[in-house]
Amino acid sequence: MKQTKKARLTAGQIALIVIGVLFFAVMLVWPLVEVLYRALKDGWALYWDAVTAENTLSALRVTLLAAAVALLVDTFFALAASWLLTKFDFRGKSLLTTLIDIPFSISPVIAGLAFIMMFGRNGLATPVVNWFNDTFGTDIALVFSIPGVVLATVFVTFPYVLRELLPVMNLQGCAEEEAAALLGAGGFTIFRRVTLPQIKWPLIYGMVLCAARAFGEFGAVYAVSKARGETFTLPLEVDALYMSGGAEAITQAFAVSSILVLLALVMLILKNIAEWRARKSESQEE
Amino acid sequence: MKRNLKNPIKKWNVTALCLCICLLAGLLTGCGSSSGEASEEDSDVIELLNVSYDPTREFYEAYNELFAAYYEETYGVTVKINQSHGGSGSQARSVIEGNEADVVTLALAHDITLVEEEGMIDGGWMDEFENNSAPYTSTIVFLVRAGNEKDIQDWDDLLQEGVDIITPDPKSSGGACWNFLAAWYYAQQQYGEDETQIKEFMRALYANVLVMDSGARGATTTFVENGQGDVLIAWENEALQTMADYPGEYELITPSVSILAEPSVAVVDENVADHGTAEAAAAYLAYLYTDEAQRLIGEYYYRPTNEDILSEFSDVFDLDVTLCTIDDFGGWDAAYEKFFQDDGIFDEIYNS
Amino acid sequence: MRKKRNRVIPGFGLTLGITVSMLSLLILLPLASVLIRSFELTPAEFWETVTRSNVVGAFRTSILCALLAAAINCVFGLILAWILVRYDFPGKRLIDGMIELPFALPTAVAGITLAKMYSDQGVLGQALNRIGIQGSYSRVGLVIALVFVGIPFVVRSIQPVLRKLPPSCEEAALTLGASRGFTFRHVILPELTPALLTGFGLALARGIGEYGSVIYISGNSAKNGTQVVSYVIMQKLNSGSADYVGAAAIALVLLAISFLLMFLLNMVQWFAARRTR
Repeated sequence: MKQTKKARLTAGQIALIVIGVLFFAVMLVWPLVEVLYRALKDGWALYWDAVTAENTLSALRVTLLAAAVALLVDTFFALAASWLLTKFDFRGKSLLTTLIDIPFSISPVIAGLAFIMMFGRNGLATPVVNWFNDTFGTDIALVFSIPGVVLATVFVTFPYVLRELLPVMNLQGCAEEEAAALLGAGGFTIFRRVTLPQIKWPLIYGMVLCAARAFGEFGAVYAVSKARGETFTLPLEVDALYMSGGAEAITQAFAVSSILVLLALVMLILKNIAEWRARKSESQEE
Repeated sequence: MKRNLKNPIKKWNVTALCLCICLLAGLLTGCGSSSGEASEEDSDVIELLNVSYDPTREFYEAYNELFAAYYEETYGVTVKINQSHGGSGSQARSVIEGNEADVVTLALAHDITLVEEEGMIDGGWMDEFENNSAPYTSTIVFLVRAGNEKDIQDWDDLLQEGVDIITPDPKSSGGACWNFLAAWYYAQQQYGEDETQIKEFMRALYANVLVMDSGARGATTTFVENGQGDVLIAWENEALQTMADYPGEYELITPSVSILAEPSVAVVDENVADHGTAEAAAAYLAYLYTDEAQRLIGEYYYRPTNEDILSEFSDVFDLDVTLCTIDDFGGWDAAYEKFFQDDGIFDEIYNS
Repeated sequence: MRKKRNRVIPGFGLTLGITVSMLSLLILLPLASVLIRSFELTPAEFWETVTRSNVVGAFRTSILCALLAAAINCVFGLILAWILVRYDFPGKRLIDGMIELPFALPTAVAGITLAKMYSDQGVLGQALNRIGIQGSYSRVGLVIALVFVGIPFVVRSIQPVLRKLPPSCEEAALTLGASRGFTFRHVILPELTPALLTGFGLALARGIGEYGSVIYISGNSAKNGTQVVSYVIMQKLNSGSADYVGAAAIALVLLAISFLLMFLLNMVQWFAARRTR
């Protein structure tokens, strides 16, 4: 598999690279630079004030919490579901796959609407929640609260990890697992020693994707989170600042956005470090 | 494919990574929940949630400090007021959906009526406080760019060829409803009871609308930040705030007639009963009518309802403009039914 | 033969249980409310709600713009994935890592920023103006926003497949005398088609439902055909009548479209997987 690609490119290849890089620069880098530029436009002092404001820090905590829970839930789900969907054939499989993918394509507006109509004050499941609270003396609220934010984040990110695993595991088939099973290995052993090493990179990709999506979610969370400084996530804080008008608040909004950009960049660096280490250990063995 | 099996180090990497993430998540969950509990422990702090609309953000931030100081001094109890802002209609909806508001301070009475219809606010809330429970008012004006190149002075100037208007969508924004009604009232003055001509006027007006944002704040941003359009039909308080934020860049034009916008306030009876905050919530709204609060209202470019204090701000507000009220349209429910419902007059003039 | 495999690998019951219960609890239960609420309408009312001219117009706008954006993304996404996998050039790792940025940037921020960049105040907007195209507040702006949010879907769908496709395939074809175009069409494209379709479908599905990034740039004018479906749903909810049932009805149609698209995509993947087995 090891292939050293010599950097002797033909004119056509260079043209392709130029087109790709140009597209990338205009569509992705430019908006990013615009965000950073606007964030720093009025100097570092204002920037620092904006990112260390109490509301921002609270929003950062909520965002990280929601993303972490979502990552955990989604990864666990993805491992179970990918095993089920690639190692077995059963009736209703494509229906199940499709249902799992629904949040992928769903409008965040609908996700928010669904939560409100289910768990809101007049929601269909609200009597159940109330009964639970009355019986056990708890005070659980599934909308306009931190659990609501977490649930909405889980909802929109649900299939992201799985989506990355499925194609790869499909491609790999199950010959190795079958062999291991025939040799008497148990389910978890097979998974840990045979499957997991093979799906490591797609898994990490999926988790990066899932985290990125969780950081950035706006529409669905917006529907179930209304208290600034308590249940707001970073994107909501950005919106609140932007909507509060005034040149300074808009700069602050972009400053807070830049935290999200930085979070995304951290994810990217983590991914690259992991990749590099994996490559190193591989070459040491050879 | 074989290479995957010969590397025992790699899978430890994965395990370690997963472990790290689990730990991180656990840590964060722990932090989150512990900080949540800490705030609930202080029992002699009353917490109030004020669900309001977008442009009042800065005003209530200042007012909350004023009120908290007053309340602590008078009753010896600390009040912490949380704010929630957004489009007026969606804010009313969030209260219906379970956002635990103690008081609502929305852009129009109709939005509070929605909450009332849910049984969460007792009937007769409009008489609970003075002046239809509207402690401050505003009106609809034009904001144009410095120099007023298109020479816009009154509503009929907006119909000129080549004038680009920015106004939000009345079907999703409360503020935009006021804009529409103010224009309608002007046309009514011009054409009397001839509704076809009024509709023709409105059709021509809305044909000049360049960008129709979903909310008043979005429209201001489109006009100010993105530099679209020649004229923004705006709340007076928004227009004055913009002028203060960008000195010398904009001019405020007050049309000959406009509408008296009465943003209303009410205590959400069902929620305050649950929270045991009825007294504090009522005091919070009543205090809006005191002289100090009324002056603060004026400083944030809303028109105080106290006539004496309003006259103190006569250099800020154009007090000569003829203002119609929502009663000229038979009240909000009737107006909404007639103009903004599906297949109402707005759909008729805008979609055809 | 299949049956045998089922018995060999353990864990069917366990994973089925976990998958179905998590799915039902976290996804299907909330979505059921949309279904139930929209059943409060009689079929005739339902039909009237979803066939109003502004609703139909919004569906047309959303679908058309999302189609166009997905197609643009397919072309450039393929190029990007290709150069990222096959060539070495400075900055490649950076580009590779930044592909996911549209996910991480809150859609509202993206929308606000793009609206400014492509308005006649922004550099790109002015450039477009010069060739007679209005960027922001038109369908062009809508498509641009949707291209932005859709890029990662296409690139990330194609990349893994391309990585598994050894360059020796094309090299063999080329050495055997095939032209580059021929090699691309007959050797590479067939291998990539399922992935390309998947990316296209995902970008399309995301585009049809998109809200945050498009409301600021589209201008939301029913007359100019720039209202999208998500906006119409919000309009129904935020209007003075808080029309939940109407919103749920439109949401249901949108859900059905998502479901159908996803079903087709899974078919594509399923066939692709079967072919390689």
